[in-house]
Formats: sequence, structure tokens, C-alpha cells
Amino acid sequence: MELPFIELLTWDNIWALVIIVLKVMAITLPLFGCVAYLTLAERKVIGYMQLRIGPNQVGPKGLGQPLADVVKMMFKEFIIPSDASKVPFIIAPMMVLIPALMAWAVIPFDEGAVLADINLGVLYLLAVSSLGVYGVLIAGWASNSKYPFLGAVRSGAQMVSYEVSMGLTIMTVILLAGSMNLSEIVEAQRGMWYMIPLFPMFIVFIISILAETNRAPFDLPEGEAELVAGFHSEYAGMGFALFFLGEYANMILMSAITAIIFMGGWLPPVSTPLLNAVPGFFWFSLKVAFILFVFLWARATLPRFRYDQLMRLGWKIFLPFTLLWLVVVASSMHIFGLVN
Amino acid sequence: MPEAKKTTQEVMVGENFTLNFGPQHPAAHGVLRLVLEMEGETITRADPHIGLLHRGTEKLLENRTYIQGLPYFDRLDYVSMMCQEHVWCLAIEKLLGVEVPRRAQYIRVMYSEITRLMNHLLWFGTHALDVGAMSAFLYAFKHRETLMDFYEEVSGARMHANYFRPGGVNRDLPEGLTEKISAFMKEFPGFIDEFETLLTENRIWKQRTVDIGTLTPEEAVEMGCTGPMLRGSGLSWDLRKAQPYEVYDELEFDVPVGTKGDSYSRYLVRIEEMRQSVSLVEQCIEKLPEGPVKAQNFKVSPPKRDDMKSSMEAMIHHFKYFTEGFHVPAGEVYAAVEAPKGEMGVYLVSKGGPKPYRVKIRVPGFAHLQGLDSMVRGHMVADVVTIIGTQDIVFGEIDR
Repeated sequence: MELPFIELLTWDNIWALVIIVLKVMAITLPLFGCVAYLTLAERKVIGYMQLRIGPNQVGPKGLGQPLADVVKMMFKEFIIPSDASKVPFIIAPMMVLIPALMAWAVIPFDEGAVLADINLGVLYLLAVSSLGVYGVLIAGWASNSKYPFLGAVRSGAQMVSYEVSMGLTIMTVILLAGSMNLSEIVEAQRGMWYMIPLFPMFIVFIISILAETNRAPFDLPEGEAELVAGFHSEYAGMGFALFFLGEYANMILMSAITAIIFMGGWLPPVSTPLLNAVPGFFWFSLKVAFILFVFLWARATLPRFRYDQLMRLGWKIFLPFTLLWLVVVASSMHIFGLVN
Repeated sequence: MPEAKKTTQEVMVGENFTLNFGPQHPAAHGVLRLVLEMEGETITRADPHIGLLHRGTEKLLENRTYIQGLPYFDRLDYVSMMCQEHVWCLAIEKLLGVEVPRRAQYIRVMYSEITRLMNHLLWFGTHALDVGAMSAFLYAFKHRETLMDFYEEVSGARMHANYFRPGGVNRDLPEGLTEKISAFMKEFPGFIDEFETLLTENRIWKQRTVDIGTLTPEEAVEMGCTGPMLRGSGLSWDLRKAQPYEVYDELEFDVPVGTKGDSYSRYLVRIEEMRQSVSLVEQCIEKLPEGPVKAQNFKVSPPKRDDMKSSMEAMIHHFKYFTEGFHVPAGEVYAAVEAPKGEMGVYLVSKGGPKPYRVKIRVPGFAHLQGLDSMVRGHMVADVVTIIGTQDIVFGEIDR
């Protein structure tokens, strides 16, 4: 009996598969490195903001710190509380990390440097990035403990609320660009970055991604002073590390999205021959680093919102505002005949 | 038969959700244990449990001489140490009828105000940290270290100084210390401005503290609140003004008073108190007279080392002071100071002899903690943390 898909096992196909796997590795492995060093950068940046110097003992200038942390996390026991629901408890951290990695498939790092140049890139991003909340909810529920439970409830509400304003903000960009393909959105910004005409939306988007990634001042789900460690209170060792990785991978992802849809992705600030000669990847990284710095800056400066205030901000201020702005953008495009 | 394990559903979904807040909780300020009954995130009842840091200080004092009892006071409210030594010394001096030399009085007032600064810096840092502003905590602690250096210079210890003595202070200020202190106090108002830029006009900070944990003036009085907790509600009651002890009546300072009685009012009151303390310390340094720093009655204070070499009487005084301790005449006395957290008092009963018969310590935090339940009702979990912060609770003094 012949299996039908055996015919697909041609050398060409296998070769294509190998290439894709290599490409995936080429994205995820450096990404993990970035995540590791983002944690160091966070500790250093916040350290300097707080009149101290941050880690400086492991390796030169503390550069070995992330590696030491990784090793420490790996060798710690992964404790499963006796009351926890075991399978969901183990799966939850993965469900946070995996969507954060999947989303990178459509991110263009440079002109043409993208794993999957699909036409619905923006939709794919929204869909995948909202999956992460399930991991958080499941973690809180499966821990069978009160603090994680409260953290998970908060997180669910928060991520859903801010996804709405995030989606509407992206809609204005899609209107202007006339495409859902991320590379085309970047190309459409050759004349002017969208953060200039859409400045209020840019601000709303920055605030929304802070909330979306559960970062300060919206770090309620893991608000240390209230809920101990929120949804991951019961996690130790690698389980905790995966949540940690997921959170930071999400931060980088959201920064990359901001850079692409508002700050012209790989495009240089002004189109001069000299700046154009610099590889686009450099500009892209610079922009991502800038948004990441904003993340850390906010964390070092701002107090934490309260749960109801956060909801009020999301539903009563951002939602009407972004909706209104969407109508304004759409109608002004119609009036000035910019519809393409 | 063992009871079946409850599922998440059974534990979490019900009429009331009970949350055990502490004693091992990042915002519990020591060993506070709160049993919170909640509906969703809204608190319906908060039941503070105390006693986890009980050391029996009052009983221990009955078996110690007056001097040996002194270090226990450092360890009550372990962030405002000298203020508590102060109240113990005042109580003993009242019974003894000893006159404290002027220089010692100024030094005591100066260090009481330095202690107030240390306490308020710790309160500022932890309160802000509880509400989520991380950096404020480190800013405050940096300057607290400098103040601890001043502690170290006079007493050798950074926290539990054991510096005040009945009849004065242990030893005179080291050379050059007053210059260091006044140099720091010149800069300090700038640091307070810096703290304020972080929080005072911050929208999130205001959202988190305005109208949270409101105490009306009547409630505050009924609850026995003192210090900033009372003044935040608009009542101007400060023992330094109301019944001046030491040299407070010779110094100029204002008593800041809040208007609304919420956490934000108390925040502003404490910030202003820091500024007043700076001015008090500066005035003390300016007016600091020369002279001895302990009572010259050597029955109740140790004689000079020099005299011991030549005078038999001094030798005997020294021996009696450090072995048996001094005798305090029989009587009952209540002495109180305005500690950074409120009225700190000692009710001392002596039946004569070198040891107290009974000591009752009145701490401000205990009265404030009983108000916690009424303050948090109807608020959310996050506000519990704000209210614990604004009460400036330290369990060393509550549990004693």
C-alpha cells in the first residue's frame, strides 16, 4: 500500500523544509539571546535610574549575568503544588512563550528579510499575540491558589480590554497604508512615518502595549505589593523562567510591531544617500531598542494603576478616543481623496 | 476517610472569598497577617492578626535595671529608635526629678528630628514601593543611609543606637559632626523636592491615594489615632506644641495639617513634616550651647573616667551605676513624646529600687491598626496595600 504523501518526500521538498527550519532557528535563537540580554539591560537601566549600578559581578561588566540566571533557573526544581491540576499547570508556561515566538514569523527585519511575507500579517499578529492570555489564565486557574487566581482574572480582563484599543489603533494605520502586509505598511511610510500624522494613536498604542504585556504601570496581574507574584506565584524553576522569557519576548515583539507600523520599520529617519547606505536592520533594531527603553523607563518611574482604574482607562477613555480618531482618519482621507 | 481535595472552582467561587494576606507577603510590612473577606476584589472585612513579633518587652523590662531596659526601646519601632529611648528617659527623669543639661536637651531634640527624618524616609520609600513606584524607594533609602551615619558617629550603631540616657545622652557629639549634619540639612530640602517631583503631582499616584482610607476627624479621635494619622484628618495635635518637652518651646516650627483625611493628605503632611524637621535640626545646631551632656548628679549618671582615678566617691558611683543601677523613687508616671508615628508613651510604676515594677508602653501603631478594618472596607485589594503604607505600620512596636 502506498501512502499518498510519500510522493511529497522529494529532495526539493526536504531541502525547502530544512531551509525553513534553519530560518526559524535564525530568528528564534538570536531572539532568545535578545531576551536574555534585555533582562540585563533592564536591570542596568533601572539600576542607573535608581542611583545604583545593577549587576556587575558575573563576567566583565556583569555581561555573564543572563547566562548565570539561565543556569540557575535550569537547575532549580520545578515544583508542582500538590493541589494543582498537573497537566494544565505544566502546559501554561509554554502557552505563554510559544505565541510570543510564533508572531515573529511575519515581522520584517529589513527589506525582504521576513520569514512569511503574508498579506494578512497584521491580522496574524493580533490573533497570535492574543493567544498568550490563555497561558496566563490557565496558569492562574491550574495553580489552585488564591493569589494566582486573582492575578489570572485581572490579566484576562486587562489583556482583552487593551486589545480592543490596540486593534482600533492599528486600523487607522491600515487605513492609511491600504494594506495588511507589514512590509507594505513599512514601504508606505517612505514619505513620512505614521507616528507623525497619527501621533495621538502612537501614544495610545504605546500605552496599550504596556498594558498588553503586563508591564508597569499596568503590571497588576503580577503586582508584587498586592498579589505577591500574581499568576505565577506558584511557579518555580523552568516554569517560572518560561513565563519570564514569554514576557520579555512579548516586550520585544510589541516594540517591533510599534517600530514597523508607526516608526517606519527598517527605513532611516531621513532618506539621504548616507543614511540609506546603513543596513535597514540597524535602523529597525535602533527603533526597537528605543521602545524597549520606554518600557523600562516607565517601570522605573510610575506607580501602579489600580484594577478598576485600568479598566476605566481602557474602556471609557481609550476605546471612545480611538474609535473617534478612526472615524476622523477615515473621513479626512475621503475628503482629501487619499483613498487608494 | 480523608476529605476530598477542593477544586479551584469550589475554593474560588462562593459567597465570600477569604484571602490570607501575610504574614509572608511583600507588602505586609513585617509580620502583619490580615484575613481579608472579599467580594470579587472589594474588601468586606479585614481582620488584622497581631502577635507574631511579640517579645514580651514590657515583662522583660521588669527584670532589668533602668539602663538595661533602654536598648529594648530601640527595638520597639525599629525605624525610629532614638525617639523611643527618649520617652523611656523622660519617664525615668520625671520620677527621679533630674534636671537634664541644656546641651543634652538640644542634642536629644536634634536626634529626635533626625530620627523623624529617617522614619519618614522609610515610610516614603515603602509606601511608594507598595503603590508601585520603585525608584522612590531607592532614592529615599540612599539619604537614609547618610542619616544612619550620623547615628553611627554618636553611638557606634547605625540602627539600635542606645544613645540617650536618663539625665542626658551617653556622650558628647564628636568633633565636626555638627558641620556634617548642617551640610546635609542644607541639601536635604532639595532631595525632598526631588521626591515630590516623582509623586506629588503624578496622576497615577493621586488616583491611588486620594480618597483612599479616609478618616474623619471624629473617627480619628475615637480610634485613638495620633501623629500624622490624626493631623492628616485636620486636627492640629502635636505633643511638641501641645505639651512641649525638652526645648521644643524654644524652637520655631509649624505643625502641618491635612484637609481631607485620606492617604494623600497624610502623604502631604509627612512630606511637610520632613521639611519642618530639617529646620528644627538646623535650629538645634545653631543654638547648641556648651556644657555637660549628662546630669551632674552621679547617683543617676556615670562619673567621668578621669575622676575615677583620683576620687573614691566617683569610683563607688561608677561601680553602683553599672552593677546595681540607680534607684528610682516609688511613684507612677506617664511620659509621652511625639514619635514620628504618633504619640509614644510610657506608663512607669516604680516601687523604689533599681528595677521598674511595671511598664506599659503606649504605641501609636496599635491604635492605628485597629482602624484598618473601617479604613479598608469597600476598597479594593490594591488599596489595602496603600492603607497599610499610609498607616506607617511597624510591627516591632505593635507586638512589643
